[in-house]
Amino acid sequence: MKKIRKAGKQERAFRFLLFSCVPAFLILFSGSLCAAPVVIGSKKFTESYVLGEIAKRQLSDAGIPDEHRQGMGGTIILWEALRGRQIDLYPEYTGTIVQEILKRSDPMHVDTVATELGKMGIGMTKPLGFNNTYALVMKRKRASDLGIHTISDLQKHPELKFGLTHEFLDRQDGWQPLAAAYQLGSQNVIGIDHAIGYDALRSGAIDVKDAYSTDAKIADYDLIVLKDDRRFFPDYDAVFLYRLSLDEKVVAALRALEGKIDDAKMTRLNAEAERTKDYTQAANFFFTSDRESAGDSTGLTSQVSRPVFGESFWHKLARWTARHLELAGLSLLLSTIVGLPLGIWASRGGAIGHIILGFAGIVQTIPSLALLALLVPLPFFGISVRTAIAALFLYGLLPIVRNTATGLQDIPRALRESAIALGLSPRARLWQIYLPMASRSILAGIKTSAVINVGTATLAALIGAGGLGEPILSGLNLNDHATILQGAIPAAVLALLVQSFFDLLDRVLIPKGLRL
Amino acid sequence: MSALVQLIGVSKTFGDDAAVHAIDLSVERGQTTVLIGPSGCGKSTLLRLIIGLLEPDSGEIKFDGTTLNAGQIEIIRRRVGYVIQEGGLFPHLTARRNILLMARHLGRAENEMFPRLSELCALTRFPENFLDRYPLELSGGQRQRVSLMRALMLSPELLLLDEPLGALDPLVRAALQKDLKEIFGRLKQTSLLVTHDLAEAAYLGDEIVLMNEGRIVQQGSLKDLQQNPASAFVSEFISAQRSLAVL
Repeated sequence: MKKIRKAGKQERAFRFLLFSCVPAFLILFSGSLCAAPVVIGSKKFTESYVLGEIAKRQLSDAGIPDEHRQGMGGTIILWEALRGRQIDLYPEYTGTIVQEILKRSDPMHVDTVATELGKMGIGMTKPLGFNNTYALVMKRKRASDLGIHTISDLQKHPELKFGLTHEFLDRQDGWQPLAAAYQLGSQNVIGIDHAIGYDALRSGAIDVKDAYSTDAKIADYDLIVLKDDRRFFPDYDAVFLYRLSLDEKVVAALRALEGKIDDAKMTRLNAEAERTKDYTQAANFFFTSDRESAGDSTGLTSQVSRPVFGESFWHKLARWTARHLELAGLSLLLSTIVGLPLGIWASRGGAIGHIILGFAGIVQTIPSLALLALLVPLPFFGISVRTAIAALFLYGLLPIVRNTATGLQDIPRALRESAIALGLSPRARLWQIYLPMASRSILAGIKTSAVINVGTATLAALIGAGGLGEPILSGLNLNDHATILQGAIPAAVLALLVQSFFDLLDRVLIPKGLRL
Repeated sequence: MSALVQLIGVSKTFGDDAAVHAIDLSVERGQTTVLIGPSGCGKSTLLRLIIGLLEPDSGEIKFDGTTLNAGQIEIIRRRVGYVIQEGGLFPHLTARRNILLMARHLGRAENEMFPRLSELCALTRFPENFLDRYPLELSGGQRQRVSLMRALMLSPELLLLDEPLGALDPLVRAALQKDLKEIFGRLKQTSLLVTHDLAEAAYLGDEIVLMNEGRIVQQGSLKDLQQNPASAFVSEFISAQRSLAVL
């Protein structure tokens, strides 16, 4: 008798797995919806990270609660996030604003730019003091061997290999107009990540790359900046863009930074950030050196409200891993909750079945980066954890839907008909016969989704959603392999753990009779 | 004696060739009726129509006086036991759970189910200590005995058997034939059995219904079929099987 009571457990376990997690999911999900602090965004390169951290420290010192979403992506992602209220402010450059945001091809005065932005509800601080324009750089020795000093000199050397960042290749003030202005049409050009490009330059894989004129690597790697002899690159004065609806106190704190950072100081901060691999510390370096030079000897404010920095590695790892699991776990849960019924539906075949499997298949073919980029402009999503979870959810759908459908379809007709002929209700047939019989296939689908999600979740850092992708991105950005491994190794370990967890789950959830 | 099941002008055609045409048939209470004929003659189709796995294109099927329709088919199914060739046992459930599946679904009391289960084990000569085995751990003959118990659990008024012994080796088959005959006799079970083996039909059946190409060719005892064949096909079918039996 005992055995009979025990026997119902598998079905109950199935249901439990599905339904008990729903409330937990809703709680966690709504938690990510309500965020009160001022949100600072930054682009995916050292200087932007540092400026973001400086703004964060500045606001913290003024007693304003804040949050910094590091390295969210390129100009358009940040701009859309600002307009879409996902972030409140971010550092930008005047040249970029004119070319990329206002889409003007001719130079504009700073005040005109501010007026134009004002019409869109966006405010702009005065320049922070440094001009970080684009530049083309070469190894000093290679350039002097070839006798190249200016960009015009490149015309004589069509054999040189250019490794340019993807953003520079696509920008309206980037490679194409530059090549046209200098008649550099026949060059050999490849797209390459900014940080990786420096390695390529050093090893000789490429000869010329784009850089920012305050880039710390220029000094580190003994590079020379080719003279922009036709004055092609516009000015790139750094400013902060913010939403005009922002509290006056916040704007005031931000404007206090106007004119405070000159070229030399910014280059030093960039070098500091790359040397210590710690943006917070580099930003603090600005405040300490700033106060020293300004003669601020009281040190009172900095003592009182200095934010915690130098977070320990294990603490960071725990934070990344927790976020990573949150991203992968919630999306997997959603995929399962949605994918299982869809798979059951699809298993019945017909037009609807084809549509469901077709849709899930098409989603799978969209590159994960493109899917993230497609979701970002949508009103509910934007730059947030939600977007990352939604993208991962869509990715996880196909394996679950397909495996559920085929698992159910593979049940022999004789057994299907036996269940019907016995007189079991449709619901009892599904829960007591069909789903347990398909459990191996269904669980294999969920396992596949889980492993895919753990891997793909590293991309979530691209839109500032955190996780183990964060050190990978920072590492790529800083060209620091140790930092990359800090994210890559835990992510791989996590994938293996998830795999073994599901292997264990198989033993619990797949009925014994099917494992003989 | 009255008919438990009546088929009146039942036709069903579909893609493959197991169609039936204008079938009239009565299954009498307390009797074993055997459907026999070459493969593809539509004999299994008739069983599937009676249990509602198929719906007739035309004609009428009456169970205990009521015409089958989608509304009450589920209730009727609970009054009918169905055994198929490979047993149709669910591999993820033990023999015991397979047998009790429907009784539990209907919320029957345990003190009602367990005596019945022991009774069935005795009836089908199935060792009770094998009840906690999974179908894959049982032999073909044992599986059919479990399948039979599952079909008989709720004391069905009608037992449908679709070539229940077809996949078994000759010795096991002979033993089960003997047991089936004993069970039918003891329970006075109304049954409808499909087979293609004339000897089996003659041994188990009170009434033999010979089918060919979706129609009933002749109905009666084996003697009737032998002495007054309705057509050349009937004599041919009987002589083909007899010559095999003699060999």
